[in-house]
Parts: sequence; structure tokens; C-alpha cells
Amino acid sequence: MSVTTVNAAAAKPAHISRRKSLHQQRLWALWGSYLALAVFVVIFLVPPAYTVITSLKTSAEISAQSGSPWWVNHPTLENFWYLITYPNFQTYYLNSIMVTLLTVTVSMTISVFAAFSLSRMGFWGSQTLSTGVFLTYLVPPSLLFIPLFQIVGMIGLINSFWCLVLLYPTLAVPFCTWIMIGYFSSIPKELDEAALIDGAGYLQMLFKIFIPVAMPGIIAATIFAFTVSWGAFLYPLAYLYTSNQMVLTVGIISDLIRGDVFQWGKIMAANLLASLPPILIYAFLMDYYVAGLTAGATKG
Amino acid sequence: MAEVSVRKVVKEYDGGVQAVKGIDLDIADQEFVVLVGPSGCGKSTTLRMIAGLEEITGGEILIGGEVVNDVPPRDRDIAMVFQNYALYPHMSVFDNMAFGLKLRKFPKEEIKKRVDEAARILDIAPLLDRKPRALSGGQRQRVAMGRAIVRNPKVFLFDEPLSNLDAKLRVQMRTEIKKVHQTVKTTTVYVTHDQIEAMTLADRVVVMNFGIIEQVGTPQELYHHPATRFVAGFIGSPAMNFLPCQIVDGNGGGLAVRINDQILLPVPPARADRYRPYKGKKMTFGIRPEHLFEYHEQGRPGYERVDLKVDVVEPMGMETMVHFFVGNEPVCARVAPETHCAPEEMLPLTADMTNMHLMDGDSGKVV
Repeated sequence: MSVTTVNAAAAKPAHISRRKSLHQQRLWALWGSYLALAVFVVIFLVPPAYTVITSLKTSAEISAQSGSPWWVNHPTLENFWYLITYPNFQTYYLNSIMVTLLTVTVSMTISVFAAFSLSRMGFWGSQTLSTGVFLTYLVPPSLLFIPLFQIVGMIGLINSFWCLVLLYPTLAVPFCTWIMIGYFSSIPKELDEAALIDGAGYLQMLFKIFIPVAMPGIIAATIFAFTVSWGAFLYPLAYLYTSNQMVLTVGIISDLIRGDVFQWGKIMAANLLASLPPILIYAFLMDYYVAGLTAGATKG
Repeated sequence: MAEVSVRKVVKEYDGGVQAVKGIDLDIADQEFVVLVGPSGCGKSTTLRMIAGLEEITGGEILIGGEVVNDVPPRDRDIAMVFQNYALYPHMSVFDNMAFGLKLRKFPKEEIKKRVDEAARILDIAPLLDRKPRALSGGQRQRVAMGRAIVRNPKVFLFDEPLSNLDAKLRVQMRTEIKKVHQTVKTTTVYVTHDQIEAMTLADRVVVMNFGIIEQVGTPQELYHHPATRFVAGFIGSPAMNFLPCQIVDGNGGGLAVRINDQILLPVPPARADRYRPYKGKKMTFGIRPEHLFEYHEQGRPGYERVDLKVDVVEPMGMETMVHFFVGNEPVCARVAPETHCAPEEMLPLTADMTNMHLMDGDSGKVV
């Protein structure tokens, strides 16, 4: 009897301790993940936090030597009000919106048609063209802006935001097409065959079947084209030099940095106002964006 | 509704691989024809050529007497049901079924009438507002059939429509398909690799192998009078037993099948003249498992006793499959469930020689 008891007692703790150690391992892994994430969050959120704090300060408070740069003693919205009522800033904003809307429209139209024909119409050389489209994306834009400057000059679009509408699609179309090729390729071939038999032509197939089914991919590609256009700095810096043509990225620095005077409060407020559209779009469409990127990555 | 003719049709892919090697087939109006064969035999390619989804390398395809080689799928007036259903995921069941009619600019009332009628036939009326993702496999397959029915096409094409369903649902849907054909009576070409599906559904079965048609016939013809060893082995489950043999002289001036030194089976007198020219040649003896059963003292003419050592016993409930080896060749017998048999024991069997088959050892042709 006593032997049995001893055996049972010995067996039980061993069993429990194994389970406990598994639980502990998982706990350690979780804490490790949280720690790593916390480091990332701090690194990525410090700049925007500093931007928000600074944008709420007066110029006097920013330049004051006393006080913490991480704390606002006299919060104010005067920087924001100044920008909202400042005609140049309104022009930059409108120009950015105009350039971005046109870029997104042009890029997505080209990309959707290109991706559909490359992934579905199976013509001679379509595979090589698909690879070519992706390789184009690998050419750094910073290498292209000098030869493009000559081309833009030749067609008389230097210092016109229309040159950006012409140039941004060269950056956005390859990647958007690549995402869309991946997405369209993941749609079963039988779906087009069923549509063909049902009586659809290629255009009807694209508009009635492919675009609705591939909407997450299209949204992902649209967000990418939007980001390229909204955030680009190098091209507008190189090609635009008057206020009425400038977009937000270059307008902010050229207007709010005068010589060696940096109007930090206004610069930060302008940054926040400029970040508003991407933040709103990402917030609403994040799920689609992630789904679209994943599909493109695995099928492309 | 229309007849379909396939004349000397060849399909050759890049690199010279021939998937279909010049087949001829005539399908009558309202007929239900099943193309059956192993993977890669060219059955799906043939169906896709009839649909217009694959270009034809050579030959002609006629639907309703018109050559359709260069006619696009939408103008062939056909409807196809795919293995993976191919339902449009963003459309409701109603819209899926109505899509083809909308593209053809049918009036709304007519579309509704046809969809409702098809939904009634297929018993999917309560599902019309659902999206395909909210349906089970069987319901999706019904919707795919509904999409075909509403068009009222000349020809229905089915490409392995039941392969994605579980065994029970497959049997149920098989009956549904047969019922639908009996109702709408549209000419149907159905592709499957499942010979039971072929046998149960078809008016005529086309057995294909390596891009050629091995035999065309009614299910009973193929079962009882296969033309080749391939057809004999492909149709029927479990498959026919094949044993290498020789035709030799038997008792009383008759012939006999010699399997080995121990097994000599007399040929029924009615077949003696047919088999005599093959005497001494390398032949193959074929007998179906159901024609090899437990031995009874009171036999009939043509029933011959053969004793074999049991290898494996498979009780199935209403019958028992018993497996043996004759030399290196596996042999299966179908015996009554009450028959006593155990591995390694000798089991006396009856071979019903009136249902034997004899095939040329080289060409595989049944003689």
C-alpha cells in the first residue's frame, strides 16, 4: 500500500512539472514578444509624439532654454490655425490632393489592365513582360530623376505639377501591376472559363468578375500608389520651384524654413496636417492592405 | 438541344505531346454520354475542346450540325459545370444563376422565371439570396448546375462535377444529376474518372486511354462485352482478374484454358470454335470476381471447380471479397458472407466459364 502511494506521489509532480514548464516557456515567449514590441513602439512613436508636442507649443516656448522639450506648458492651436488660413499651405494641400488623385487613377487604370492581360490572356511573351515589369520597380527613382529632368524639360513641364502626374505612375505602376498580377493569378482559372461560357467578353470578365473578386488587392495597390504620390519628396524638389505649383512635401520646407530660421511649431503642425489623409486611409483600409500584400507576396 | 459530333479530333500541345489522338464520336440529341478513363487519358481535354476552352489542333467538332472549331465558347450555346463549381464568389446564388442571362440581355421577368424554375428543380429556392461561401459543397454544386440549366443550352458539359464531394453526397448528387437529365433532356457530355459514376449515369459510356477511344457502348455492353483488356480491367469494381494462359486441347475434343500445371479449365463448347485459332498462343484469361464464387456440389454446365489458397479476406456485409495469388497474379473472388474462409486455408471455388473472357496476350484485344 505504502509503495503504491510513493509511486503515485512521484509520478504526479513529474507530470505536473512538465506541464508547468511548457506554460512557463510560453509565458517567457510572450514576455519576450511584448518587450521586443515595446522597443519597436517606442522607437516608432517617439518622432510622431515629439511632432504632436512641438506643434502645440508657441515659438517662444520652443526656443526657451528652460522646461522639458517633452512637455507643453501652454498648449495652443495657433500653429494649426495659421496653416489652415495660410493661402500657400492651402495651395500645397490642393496640389497634393490633385496630383495624388490623378496619379492613383492613372496608375490603377494602367495596372489593372496590365495585370489582367499579363496574368490571364496568356499571349506570347507575357511571362517575360511580367518579369520585366517587376524589374522596372527595382530601378531606384533617385537614379532616374536626372534623365527624367531632361525629358520633362523637353515637353515643357518643368515647374508644373502636371509633370508629377506624368512621373509618379512610372514609380507606382510596376509595383501595383506586380501586386495585381499576384492577386489575379490567385483567382481560379475556372472562373474565367465559366464567365466565357456564360457569354462574357474579356472586358466584361474584368469588370464584372475580376475587379470585384480582387478588390482587396486593388485597395492594397491603390494605397501604395497613394503613398508613393503623397509622400514623394525628390521629384517635386527637383522639378517644382514656385509656390503655386508646389505640393505639401516641398512646400512645407521651402515656405516654413526661411534661411536659417526654422519655424518648428508650424513645421510640425504642417507635418501632422499632411499626415492626416494617409493615416485616415490606412486606418480604414488596413485589413484590405495587409490581405492584398500577402496575396501578392505568395502568388507573385 | 442538339447532337454533338467529334471527327478525327487531335489535340497537340507545345512540344509535340498529343493529348487526344484523332478521336471520332457521335452523340445523339438528348443522349447522356460519359467520358471515362484514368488521369491523362484526354477526356477532360476532349470536353474542353467541345466547350471551346481549348483550341483544336486537327479535326472537326460539330454542335447541332454546325462546325464550331472557330466559334468562341459563348456562341456555342453550351453550359458547363466545373469540378470546383466556379461560382462567382461576390454574387448571390440568384445573380450567379442569372449572370449568363443578364449578359444575353434577357428581360428581367424572364430571368426571374427561369432562375425560380431551376431553383425549384434543384431544391435551392431558399438559398437564392446567399453568397456561395455560405453554402455547403453539395449546395454549391446544385447552384453550378442551376447556372447551367437556366440558360437552356443545346449541350450540358460536366467536368468531374462530383469529385470534390464526400462519398455519401456524391451518391446523392449522382441521382440528382440523373433526375435533372430526365427532366430537361438536354444532350449531356459528362467527364469522370469514376467508373461507377459512368455506369450509373450514362446512356453510353466512352472509355478513353492514352488519347484514344478504347470502346463506346452502353454500360451493360462495356461490362459484359469489353473490347479490350483495358476496358475489361477499368469497368467493374473490384476489377476483373487477369491470368496469363494458353488454349490447349481438353477432354472429349473440346478446348481448355491452361493457367498453370494445376489449373486446367474447360472452355464452354459454344466458344470452342471462336477460341480454336488461338490455340498455343500467349493469351490472357479474364474472369470477374462475381464469376468466381464459393463451390457448390450441384453445379451447372460451365461451372468448374478450382481450389486456391486464401491470402486476405475482406467481409463487406452483404458479400465477402477473398483474395488469392495464382503464381504472382492477384485474384479476387466474391463469395457469400456465410462462406467459411481463413487466410492460408484452401478454399474450393466455382469459376463460371460461361462468363470468361479471352484476350490476346500482346494486343490486349478480347477475342
